[in-house]
Amino acid sequence: MGKSGVVAKALKTAFPYTIPIFAGFWFLGLTYGIYMNVSGFSFWYPAIMSLIIYAGSLEFVAVSFLLSPFQPLQVLIMVLMIQARHLFYGISMLDKYKNMGWKKWYLMFGMCDESFSINYSTNIPEDVDEGWFMFWVTFLNHFYWFSGATLGGLLGSFMTFNTNGLDFAMTAMFVVIFLEQFLKEKKHWTALIGFGSAFVCRILFGADSFMIPTMTAILLFLTIFRKPIEKEGGFS
Amino acid sequence: MTTMQQFITIGICVFGTVLTRCLPFFIFSSKKPTPVYVQYLGKALPSAIFAMLVVYCLKNVSIFSGSHGISEAVSIIAVVALHIWKRQMLFSIAGGTICYMLLVQFIFTQ
Repeated sequence: MGKSGVVAKALKTAFPYTIPIFAGFWFLGLTYGIYMNVSGFSFWYPAIMSLIIYAGSLEFVAVSFLLSPFQPLQVLIMVLMIQARHLFYGISMLDKYKNMGWKKWYLMFGMCDESFSINYSTNIPEDVDEGWFMFWVTFLNHFYWFSGATLGGLLGSFMTFNTNGLDFAMTAMFVVIFLEQFLKEKKHWTALIGFGSAFVCRILFGADSFMIPTMTAILLFLTIFRKPIEKEGGFS
Repeated sequence: MTTMQQFITIGICVFGTVLTRCLPFFIFSSKKPTPVYVQYLGKALPSAIFAMLVVYCLKNVSIFSGSHGISEAVSIIAVVALHIWKRQMLFSIAGGTICYMLLVQFIFTQ
């Protein structure tokens, strides 16, 4: 198989995995673009921001940054707090992204929740190039988000939705990925730690500020229970 | 806010995002062996992360208002049931999403 054959085969294998993300990102991207449009920004803003920031939840918050007085330090702190979960993804991907050559830079840049989840959890078939598979997953997701946001910015408030609830595709995808991981494991210590920490922190700290406490709790519990978790083989 | 200040604000968003995505790769370079503790975290974290992401997706669900989280609960049960039955990722996701859309559009309309 020639090089272009390898690339094409990886694209063909990667595409089906990204279909739920297409649904979710187009829905959210359109919403984001429309939100920017009705907030008074030209479509260039969602187009460029979706391309170079490429982070869903942050870009919604960024609209309010742009509408507020200029406060660079506060913005930086907010960005780091919203995005801190990516540190966990990086730690989990150290090995997988290690020998990817130039692709590594793009894979790191484009490691959103969804790209990370697919690239981490998929058992890529032996005859498919791992690097190109992960590249296409990241690229397709990036493209869905960019095209949705740009279209939303162009169409603005002319759009009417009868697609209410479509964004549940992404929740459903995370449920399936979680379930796959759960079924793969013999012991469920770490899943329980993650769920328990997030659930309790969500109740204690509220929807807008529970992620940092959750991540702190997860790290704490994984460190305290390291011995039993390693011994019992609570992870695959 | 001036256009320049807007560009700087967007630049900070890019910088912060790239920093959190790349930092682990820079700290633990491939030249030195990764510390054992970090290797352990790399294996133990994903399950915890996926559980956390499910809660994150549902963070705005309120059991005290709207449909009281019934649409979400029913649809998630549907996703899990379909997935245990067929183990086909797209089938489970599509089934759960259609279930959710029907519930929010026809039954729990607000």
